[in-house]
Amino acid sequence: MDSGATAVPTTRPAVPGVPPPLRPPAHQVSPVAVRWWRLRALLLLAVLLVPQVVAMIAFGFPAASWLIGAAAATAVLVGAWAVLVPRLLFRIHRWEVTDEAVYTLSGWLVREWRIAPISRVQTVDTAHGPLQQLLGLATVTVTTASARGPVKISGLAADDATELARTLTETTQATPGDAT
Amino acid sequence: MSTGTAPAAVETPWRRLDRRMLVVGPISLLVRVVPLVAVLLLTGQGDPIRVWMAAGAAVAAVIAGVLRWRTTRYRITPERVELHSGWLNRQRRSVPRDRIRTIDLTAKLLHRAFGLSVVRVSAATAGTPGNGAGLSLDAVSKAEAERLRRVLLDLSPVATDPADPAAPVAQAPPSQELARLRWAWLRYAPLTFSSLAGMGAIVATAFNVLDDLGLDPRDLRAVDETAEQLSAAPLYVAVVVVGLALLVLLVVGALLLFAERWYAYRLTREPDGTLRVRRGLLTRRSLSVSERRLRGAEVVEPVLLRLGRGAQARAVSTGLAGDSQGGALQPPTPRAEAHRVASAALRVHPAEITRAPLLRHPRAALTRRMVRAIGPAVVLAAAAFGVGALLGTDWLGPVVLALVPLAALVGWDRYRNLGHQLTGGFLVARAGSLVRRTVALQRGGVIGWTFRQTIFQRRSGLVSLEAVTAAGRGGYAVTDVGALDAVDLADATVPDLLGPFRLPAASGAEHPPGDLPAQRAGRGPQERLHHG
Repeated sequence: MDSGATAVPTTRPAVPGVPPPLRPPAHQVSPVAVRWWRLRALLLLAVLLVPQVVAMIAFGFPAASWLIGAAAATAVLVGAWAVLVPRLLFRIHRWEVTDEAVYTLSGWLVREWRIAPISRVQTVDTAHGPLQQLLGLATVTVTTASARGPVKISGLAADDATELARTLTETTQATPGDAT
Repeated sequence: MSTGTAPAAVETPWRRLDRRMLVVGPISLLVRVVPLVAVLLLTGQGDPIRVWMAAGAAVAAVIAGVLRWRTTRYRITPERVELHSGWLNRQRRSVPRDRIRTIDLTAKLLHRAFGLSVVRVSAATAGTPGNGAGLSLDAVSKAEAERLRRVLLDLSPVATDPADPAAPVAQAPPSQELARLRWAWLRYAPLTFSSLAGMGAIVATAFNVLDDLGLDPRDLRAVDETAEQLSAAPLYVAVVVVGLALLVLLVVGALLLFAERWYAYRLTREPDGTLRVRRGLLTRRSLSVSERRLRGAEVVEPVLLRLGRGAQARAVSTGLAGDSQGGALQPPTPRAEAHRVASAALRVHPAEITRAPLLRHPRAALTRRMVRAIGPAVVLAAAAFGVGALLGTDWLGPVVLALVPLAALVGWDRYRNLGHQLTGGFLVARAGSLVRRTVALQRGGVIGWTFRQTIFQRRSGLVSLEAVTAAGRGGYAVTDVGALDAVDLADATVPDLLGPFRLPAASGAEHPPGDLPAQRAGRGPQERLHHG
């Protein structure tokens, strides 16, 4: 009757603490990316702090005691993030392009392994944000036919990114089919 | 012509929209300016400037309609569909024919009265994934729409001469009927959320119209008297009466909406290799999905429908992003019928797709589902107790606390519904409680994988695996499966892709990546999973 009742055979029990048994991709991103992530954290800090400082000045000193606390907490939290997390991210973020697939690993709290076959790649974009331009970095976005599919490799050295985009474009053009 | 050279494309003559659009276009634009004109005339008390403005708006609508017809041209070359439109703001749209995925014919009441139909062409285009690209011809004659549908979805585009409008529709070989409407299915109409939402929209519109006309329902004598009697009665009676009245209204509205949407529903397989859904009472719709682009099917069961043992089958195909019904292949029907239609559409046995015996996910997934369901409810209840204490409304906390067992029930149900299976040609996955979805995705339609693990999932050894595809919602998840099983499953679904990235001798890799023939055969590795 209800097909839900038939789902009795169970998969293997999950082993606590086990990540998917995939080897990490071969290449790390550019070490400069650590500075990029740090700068981004500092920008975020500025965005969060400026309104608080403005509020402090606007309300004057009697009202400012809890405001100072909030501002200090923001500074400590985001500052700690800026010091600690970028190094972690650098250790985690990895990428690899083989003749068959694009493979990336990213994320700190939510780790993400993405694999897209080269034969399904539709477009390859290289983007340089203002901060990335300052540091000579670039992001390569590999798009497949899926809305959920873009594989991003950020924090690459600009030259490496251009080279990667070129080889990827050549490989995909050599592959027949409309990639859907 | 068959090679589709440039000179041939140049020779293809341009065509105009149907001549009757000279009438229909202005009328439909006029309908849109009616509120403006009405406001101008009603508020002006015959003020000549306002009368002239109203007349001007009407004339502008007529001219715009005529201009639109004059400036819109389309043609179908061997390679592309091209549409040029606009006068001041010229638009040129062009869709490669080999990218066309679905054709949607819609005829609203006015269009139907004149024998016209709007043709919407949806395509998947490189660079704009998901939302796709397409164009819409508003409108051509019914016969021309039918011809376009056949020509544009034809597997061999040159078989029919696109320049020949006289290609007779009647001579098409007969199509195969897969399903047709049974009025007994009306009983499922009140059980769908979309119909409830639709009802809300209708009621809101009705109130707006009444309001616009300056009518207050309370002015009506019957309504007024009833309201007075109700306010005189005890509170619970009033609540029950109003509740019952709303329920009756909802049910009647849902039935009407079902009839409008699904009247004359037919699902057919056309000789040109497309699946076609035809339906509609006032607005006639016909959705054609190229079977070559069909990547699977989904059986969707919103909770009320599931309690009533109903379900709805949908197509998983590219080019359906803009479809309001999400590629529905049928109205809400008995569950068995939904599985049957899914199987008929994909031409495989139900046990190979949505009826496949699913593997249950590990117990750790139950813990995770429960925490994720109960956690927010507990937080909400705590907040409610706090607010209740502050505002002196002591009943608030206990009432919200009643949500916790409900949330637990949902969490348990979500775990119970989790499951997946790999069959000969399909990856089948099921999840969800409030809306349970069982999706069967062609293994060949998977164009990538995403493994996602939060730190909590890592602690319990779970992974959410997403099969990325060009069709449907773009990705279909196998939620909270063991980390080792997730990789095994992905590797078995699409052989050769994951192999080079697997850890060679991980603790759970009982079978080496070279073990592909057994995995291709289908359930091999999965069965070994729970026997070993």
